[in-house]
Amino acid sequence: MMKVENLSIHFEQDGELQEVVRDISFCLQDGEILGIVGESGSGKTMTALTIAGLLKEQAVLDGGSIFLDDTDLLTLSAREMREIQGRDISMIFQEPMTALNPTMKIGRQVEESLVLHTKLSKEERREKALRALQDVELVNQEDLYGRYPHELSGGMRQRVMIAAAIVCRPKVLIADEPTTALDVGTQESILKLLKKLNQKYHMGILFISHNLRVVNELCSRVLVMKDGVIVEEGDAEKIFKNPQTPYTKELIQAIPGRTKSSAFYKLLRAKAGE
Amino acid sequence: MAEKVLELKHVNAFYKEGKQKKQVLEDISFTLYEGEIAGLVGESGSGKSTLCKCVLGLLKEYEGEITHYTKRPQMVFQDPFGSLNPKKTIGWILEEPLKVQGGYSKEERRKRAEKMLVQVHLPKEFYRRYPGELSGGQRQRVSIALALITGTKFILADEPLSALDVTVQAQMIELLKELQKKEKICYLFVSHDLDVVSMLCSRVLFLKDRKVEEYADI
Amino acid sequence: MNVEKQRIKKRKMGKTGYNFTFGLVLTVIMIGLIVLGFFWTPYDTEAMQGSIKLNAPSLAHIFGTDQFGRDVFSRVLAGAGSTFLVAAGTILIGGGIGIIVGSVTGYFGGWLDETLMRINDAVAAFPSVLLALVIITVWGTGKYKVMLALGVAFIPSFARIVRGEFMRCREADYVTSAKLIGVSTPRILFVHILPNILPALLSALTIGFNNAVLAEAGMSYLGIGVQPPDASLGRMLSESQTYLAGGPWCAVFPGLFLVLIVLGAGMLGEGILDRFGGGRS
Repeated sequence: MMKVENLSIHFEQDGELQEVVRDISFCLQDGEILGIVGESGSGKTMTALTIAGLLKEQAVLDGGSIFLDDTDLLTLSAREMREIQGRDISMIFQEPMTALNPTMKIGRQVEESLVLHTKLSKEERREKALRALQDVELVNQEDLYGRYPHELSGGMRQRVMIAAAIVCRPKVLIADEPTTALDVGTQESILKLLKKLNQKYHMGILFISHNLRVVNELCSRVLVMKDGVIVEEGDAEKIFKNPQTPYTKELIQAIPGRTKSSAFYKLLRAKAGE
Repeated sequence: MAEKVLELKHVNAFYKEGKQKKQVLEDISFTLYEGEIAGLVGESGSGKSTLCKCVLGLLKEYEGEITHYTKRPQMVFQDPFGSLNPKKTIGWILEEPLKVQGGYSKEERRKRAEKMLVQVHLPKEFYRRYPGELSGGQRQRVSIALALITGTKFILADEPLSALDVTVQAQMIELLKELQKKEKICYLFVSHDLDVVSMLCSRVLFLKDRKVEEYADI
Repeated sequence: MNVEKQRIKKRKMGKTGYNFTFGLVLTVIMIGLIVLGFFWTPYDTEAMQGSIKLNAPSLAHIFGTDQFGRDVFSRVLAGAGSTFLVAAGTILIGGGIGIIVGSVTGYFGGWLDETLMRINDAVAAFPSVLLALVIITVWGTGKYKVMLALGVAFIPSFARIVRGEFMRCREADYVTSAKLIGVSTPRILFVHILPNILPALLSALTIGFNNAVLAEAGMSYLGIGVQPPDASLGRMLSESQTYLAGGPWCAVFPGLFLVLIVLGAGMLGEGILDRFGGGRS
């Protein structure tokens, strides 16, 4: 289980320090999917990067702690943190185009964290990588193994990235807007995949998104962030149905789902589903 | 009846794969009118981007007839961070169509650019700013201003909302509707989001297996 | 909190300001000296005086005199001038043609790209100095021929960099947007895209300039560059070789000038990148 306590982060921009996250606390239970919702500038991505140990040097942490089981990640040295990254905590990003190395074959990229964290033989690594590619529901894994990222579609790349993230069976997977850059059909299939992986491997997922609807589809619990603080927290369905704070209300109202019941929507939905 | 802005008649398009010709669009016909918002929905690989390129005049190899009844169509892109030249000021970007058309003095160009900024509800001061200093929603507004300044009545909007925050999306929808009414702009609104499409569009073109089916909101 | 702010501000200033300021000052001084050398030198650069052979630096001759009794300072000024001129010419020819070839091939792709890049590869297969040597052998020596030879030899490296950058930019949405507006292709290439590749281009030009300075010096050193009685830094280095023990100043000062010109250009290039939104996005 992961626990974030009193985390505050400042960020340097043009020589000025700005507070981006103020005193937030939350926990992610084993095997839970927790959503963090907020608009740009709410501090959700900074929170994710901090947990993943990927904060840039412009960021200044002012106290707080992040416990993974019993270790406080913020007290670890860079080297100790690297041990954790990829093995216990993995992250997937918004842009599948840039998150994969264009000069490296798919197989090699999926194996990367096995090379770093295990002493497996080449053959064993290959086997595990193929297994991971299968886990993310990619077909022809053998063929994919030797291909390069540019030969794949955006959705496939995102799957490869997930495969690389889960190959070590991390306890926590951080997903930062993993579906935003994809078209909606692909989006839905990736969400389904994440849910499946969560159930199969009992892997905790921290799902970060600006899209409340997507979060509602996937997550059991939600944090709503605004200007660096958590404004609302609780059961996803409850928040969605009955938001308590004005900001959450505004967010939900802004979702263009108001016409969900209209005949036209139903017609389109039916046609799209054919 | 409203004026036509775009008409496609029996359009076929092909994709060359080595020596083989693969058909991407098959017998596409539709007409768009002034002041309407039409949706274009299709899975990736349905030929949607080919159709967009044909409509925009970026793809010349097609069979059939595509007629524009207005100035050259303009486009609003999905990614607000890639669609404005990062090395130019907003003013420079907005004046470019006027420079291309010619016949405007420096003063006139500036006035028009500022007027367009106001029309999309941005402060005039943005004239001097660079795209990097603007938020995603603001850039998307600049993109719309750029389309309007060319004088066109037809804008192809390719997933213009999907990269924006939800509250910003709502404001953007308001702006699109406002310009539709005030300026009689016609949009071809490309989106996967059926919620938005059903709310915004009076007609939807479904692209499936190279062919188009049309549905209207009754 | 305030202390923290100041610390960060200072560090940032130090990082970006240093290269630029120092490089600019150095380059301005060097160019100033070179321009000065075109119009005025304390002594005639070619006037030989048997009575003052290999004199150590003194008030009358601040860089000393060489084996023919010529004033080294005057010759360094003039020599730096021709070295600079050759390097600048090389960059102008190599960079100019390289940009045109690279932008056209990168933007259009297709058979034109294939053809031009294959020629480019063929030219690039030779080390540029070696290629320049071949060209010199065919055309003969002389300041302007060296410039031309080096210029041609430098085209491939620029073309390749510019081509890569144009390929990266041609798919950008703002380029599509410009096409829709009806902007002409040359304007898209040079007004819309070119500013966006400036960071990469600028570093290529700086490195290219420095290579050209060194290449000219190297060729003159070998005796196939700038011909006597014209002075050039490389030529001076080569001539002073024999007198290294008796008159080290004949080699030290041209060498120092060479280093300062290269250093100044290098730092300025880097500084401009730091300051004006460098880094490749």
